[in-house]
Amino acid sequence: MLNKLRDPELGKRILAKLVPLAQEVAGHLGRPAIFMEVCGTHTMAIARSGLRSLLAGSLELRSGPGCPVCVTSQGDIDRVIALAAARHDLVIGTFGDMMRVPGTNSSLEQERARGARVEIFYSPAEAVTFAAGHPQDEVVFLGVGFETTAPAVALSVAAASSRGLENYAVLSFHKTVPLVLENLLSDPELKIDGLLLPGHVCTVTGRRAFDFVATKYNVPAVVAGFEPVDLMKAVYLLLKQVAGGRAETVNGYPRLVREEGNNKAKEIMREYFEPVNVQWRGFGEVPQSGLALRDSFSFYDAAVRFPVDVAESPPPRGCACGDVLKGKIVSSDCPLFARKCTPLQPVGPCMVSTEGACAAYYQYEWPKAEV
Amino acid sequence: MCLGIPGKVVEVNRSESWAVVESFGVRKKVDIALIDEDLVPGDYLMVHAGYAIGKIDLEDAQISLELWEEILHAE
Repeated sequence: MLNKLRDPELGKRILAKLVPLAQEVAGHLGRPAIFMEVCGTHTMAIARSGLRSLLAGSLELRSGPGCPVCVTSQGDIDRVIALAAARHDLVIGTFGDMMRVPGTNSSLEQERARGARVEIFYSPAEAVTFAAGHPQDEVVFLGVGFETTAPAVALSVAAASSRGLENYAVLSFHKTVPLVLENLLSDPELKIDGLLLPGHVCTVTGRRAFDFVATKYNVPAVVAGFEPVDLMKAVYLLLKQVAGGRAETVNGYPRLVREEGNNKAKEIMREYFEPVNVQWRGFGEVPQSGLALRDSFSFYDAAVRFPVDVAESPPPRGCACGDVLKGKIVSSDCPLFARKCTPLQPVGPCMVSTEGACAAYYQYEWPKAEV
Repeated sequence: MCLGIPGKVVEVNRSESWAVVESFGVRKKVDIALIDEDLVPGDYLMVHAGYAIGKIDLEDAQISLELWEEILHAE
């Protein structure tokens, strides 16, 4: 049945309903409605399904701060690169898309070429297994991600602890989504008519955690799944709200998202992590929106065990990744886009990560033939 | 890394906290420590970085499809 959610015939029939509704709303507003998606996987799914171009002219879809690698600050990127460079005795474990993200002077990939030890893991559980199999090595796992990834990283610390491993630590750059959305929605320059909420973050947090979008900021919101039919459904439900002058946080992904979310995942996150102030690319410091390991787990905290002193740096020269993440511009508005900045030679993280808005735009939506 | 992959449960081992799921024809062992609900072969899980983060309610998926059919047939 899940295959039915990718059925192109059903998709075409839904689209035939969506377009006139989007046009009606655009007529009412005097411009196309602007919806923002706050999830890197939505960015990719929207690009891949061609939804943005199919709705062009009647509805605009923009990316927000939904790609974990992209929102990691330049200082944090520099910090992990400095650690890899200074400590060739450590094994830095990371998800793959962090490898090529450009720091101020280098990248993890470049440091690996210079002798640093960097291993790519699909799951933090694999990093723990690696540490168990390499007792002579110290493994530092780079925790990058939102509420979907943080519980998994917390469980990796639990696993290392229960297996008595002393050679596993986590460098936590984890962040939480609701507080950055508060920051985004408080920006008087922001002009969006609705939010597509990240379905898998909401699986953990629950729909209710995002009620504030509608109740406090009067912006319609829909929790969205990731199949083409899910995305069209979420856009449809947003358009209906705008057309009806309503603002609610609606669950458009009930097969996975519950009101309260995944309590077990939330408990584990709370047990291992505490909220801290953290820098976001494009947003600056967002109070209490970062997750650091609690003091009782400092033995597994790479920030405590292997401290590196790196100052916060400005983003790469000319890179507009921060404005893309705030929905102020679309990727092709950046003067570096597809000229100085391409997936082969990325200037900023939004062009590197598979979930990055610029990478998605470049790969699927940019009419390369015209240049 | 936020990529979630749905998988069909083919084997469950609660005491060791894992399940084998099949996605797109590939079988993988995933951690089920975050799943409180009962799991039996045939259930669907959403898997994220090696950990199941939620159980997929197929009834809701069915209702969702039926709702679309109603919307599409209206007017």
